[in-house]
Amino acid sequence: MQPLAGYVFLGTAMFVLGVFTMVTRKNAIYVLMGAELILNAAALNFVAFARYMGNRLDGQMFAIFIIILAAAEAAVALGIVLQIHHHFPSIDVSKPDRLGD
Amino acid sequence: MDFFDDATPAWYALAILLLPAAGFCWNAFTYRTEFTRKRGHIVPLLTIGTALFCALTIFKHAVIDGDVGDTPHAASATHDAPAHDSGGADAPPAAGSLADPRWSWSSKAHGVVYRIIDTGALRIDAGITIDHLTATMLLVVTLVAFLVHLYSVSYMHGDKRFSRFFAFLQLFSFSMLGLILTDNLLLLFCFWELVGVCSYFLIGFWFEQDEPPKASMKAFMTNRFGDVGFLIGILLVYRMFGTTDLAEIYAGLQAVAEGRAALPPLFGWEAGTLLTVAGLCLFTGPMAKSAQVPLHIWLPDAMAGPTPVSALIHAATMVAAGVYMVGRIYFFFTPTALAFIAGIGTVTALVAATIGLVHNNIKKVLAYSTCSQLGYMMLSLGVGGYSAGLFHLYTHAFFKACLFLGAGSVIHAVHTEDMREMGGLKSKLPVTYRTMLIATMALGGVPFFSGAFSKEMIVEHALMWGWSHGLAHMLPAIVAIGGGGLTFFYMMRLIYLTFYGAPRDQHKFEHAHESPPAMTIPLMVLAFLSFFSVGWPMPFLGGHKLPELLAAPPALASIALGHGADHGHGGFALAFGVLVLSCLVIVFGYRLYKQTYKDRNPGPEVWVARLRPLHTTVSNLYYFDEFYRATIVRFSYATARVLALFDSKVIDAIVNGVGTVGQLIAAGFAAFDRIVVDGLVNLNGTVCHALGSRLRRLQTGNLQDYLAFAVGGMAFVTLLFLFLA
Repeated sequence: MQPLAGYVFLGTAMFVLGVFTMVTRKNAIYVLMGAELILNAAALNFVAFARYMGNRLDGQMFAIFIIILAAAEAAVALGIVLQIHHHFPSIDVSKPDRLGD
Repeated sequence: MDFFDDATPAWYALAILLLPAAGFCWNAFTYRTEFTRKRGHIVPLLTIGTALFCALTIFKHAVIDGDVGDTPHAASATHDAPAHDSGGADAPPAAGSLADPRWSWSSKAHGVVYRIIDTGALRIDAGITIDHLTATMLLVVTLVAFLVHLYSVSYMHGDKRFSRFFAFLQLFSFSMLGLILTDNLLLLFCFWELVGVCSYFLIGFWFEQDEPPKASMKAFMTNRFGDVGFLIGILLVYRMFGTTDLAEIYAGLQAVAEGRAALPPLFGWEAGTLLTVAGLCLFTGPMAKSAQVPLHIWLPDAMAGPTPVSALIHAATMVAAGVYMVGRIYFFFTPTALAFIAGIGTVTALVAATIGLVHNNIKKVLAYSTCSQLGYMMLSLGVGGYSAGLFHLYTHAFFKACLFLGAGSVIHAVHTEDMREMGGLKSKLPVTYRTMLIATMALGGVPFFSGAFSKEMIVEHALMWGWSHGLAHMLPAIVAIGGGGLTFFYMMRLIYLTFYGAPRDQHKFEHAHESPPAMTIPLMVLAFLSFFSVGWPMPFLGGHKLPELLAAPPALASIALGHGADHGHGGFALAFGVLVLSCLVIVFGYRLYKQTYKDRNPGPEVWVARLRPLHTTVSNLYYFDEFYRATIVRFSYATARVLALFDSKVIDAIVNGVGTVGQLIAAGFAAFDRIVVDGLVNLNGTVCHALGSRLRRLQTGNLQDYLAFAVGGMAFVTLLFLFLA
């Protein structure tokens, strides 16, 4: 059995990369991909800890929930991206800044 | 069952008292309505008429039937003649007892009492007391008031303040009747002030003219002068007896007279001084109200008011209230105080009568005559003629009201008060002439007219008093006898100048006409009452004369000081002697009048020329007004000027100083407010504003920045927890 630390490090790396992507990339698609990375980092942590704490199923269940959630989120988010593109003829996330007004 | 067995009389008395008050309120509160403005006399006539009926009822039961409640009847107690109706009363009180022999009924004994003040120390219960004095006084006042109301309907017709006149008449009736009915000295004082203020209103009724406002002010101020003394007297009595209830004062003084109690020491005075001083203080009230020298100056001026007012207030009732009040507290006066009262009365009777001889204003002659007659009453009370003085009050009320109303009728006809512009009006005003002549006979004391009875009683008492006190004390008697001649002379002069001879103002004479019935009927009623006198022994009084029923209370103050009650009855010889003497004096007065005015041998001008200095003095009213102007008025003006100076220089300076200091303090506070308080508030705002304007830059609107902040914040919190743990 692999030690837990490896999974946790991997999860953390994925999370940090996801956040980095979301914060730095201008393209909305990249931002979405960053979000997927964060979700998958969380799912990986759930599975790893479930396995570590006596092969329990509730962690696995959460992972499946997160996958479904990610799918739904991707659908909704792509819809939003389409609307943004419709509104501004671009998918640059730095363009919609009216929240600051 | 007798009328006085239960509380019934109280309801009659309250009706008498409150109906005029209601009439006043009615006229005062509905004065805007058409009805009251045009027919303002109807409600007052109804109320005073009902009051007259109630007064008649009380008079009938109290005096005529002699119903008795719980106390023995006056007639059975003081006169050995068999009482006409003893009403089951017990035997008269034993000799030597000082219980008040006068019959009296108090509403307090029947539970009709109204507690006005109860502070523990001071308790004032308003009750109603009815005795012969009250009952007769009620009848006189309501009767004259009713007749004057009736007379005024015509006399005041067309006046623009018609309804207000009646409102004031009603208010006056209320106050006067309250003064009579109350059984408490303090309440009596309140009503006393109320009649004073009514007099003030009514003298100044025609306030657009020059004279009435001044006259009303003079009357008011002069009366305040006396009332201060009255109030001091009441306070002294309160200190002595701890009460202002008349019955309780009587009981207190009775205890002193019987040696059961002693007067509390006050100012270190002995009992005699104390009683005399209190009595004299109390007497200053009546002195002003009843126009006694030297406080008589307001009464002639008061003639500036409408004539019905002069008849009601300044002849028949209000000025007599002083005499009534002296009668009410008669037991309280010591021999010294009584001698003082007699002296004042004597001087007034003489001084006023002599002025009456020379005055040319018809109303002022009558006013001085009133003054003089009030002097007679005081003289009589002072020399121990209690019933004589009060009886003269009653007879005088009728014939003097008649004379005033007659004078009003004359003035109504010729529109002048100056007798030099009248003359020969006998044929034009026959009713007025006849009624005034009858009243003149009564006033002059011609035998068989009402004034004769009361005057002769007064002379009788004055003679007896002078006889028992020594030669100097004969003066009141001499003035009382001689004054009769003067009275008859000036009254005949008035009649002559008004009605006889040739008209001196042809124009006014031709326009004169007799007054309407509303004015002549009161004249006739009053003339009848002046002639058909209650001085006769009356069948309906059980063969008694009215004054016999007005028994004097025991002279408690004298007994308390160790003087016996003096004065026996004069007997028939004295009464006959007085009658003859009075007749002689009247004949002399008539002869003088006839010689001077009728035969003009010599005429009045010759007398004036012969007695030039005397005439000048008298026609200048003995310089009383000048004297007061030079002393009291000038003194008060000077005092006022000094006080005004003090006011403007010292008081104002203090006030201004306080103001300035306040201003300075306020300026200090304002600075603190502006710098510290406002500074704190502004600082708060400034800080918030600066902070806000910095922080708002974080709000970029960029989603990625927000995400970065969120993650950064999370990381910060996590690290914080890690380090803290």
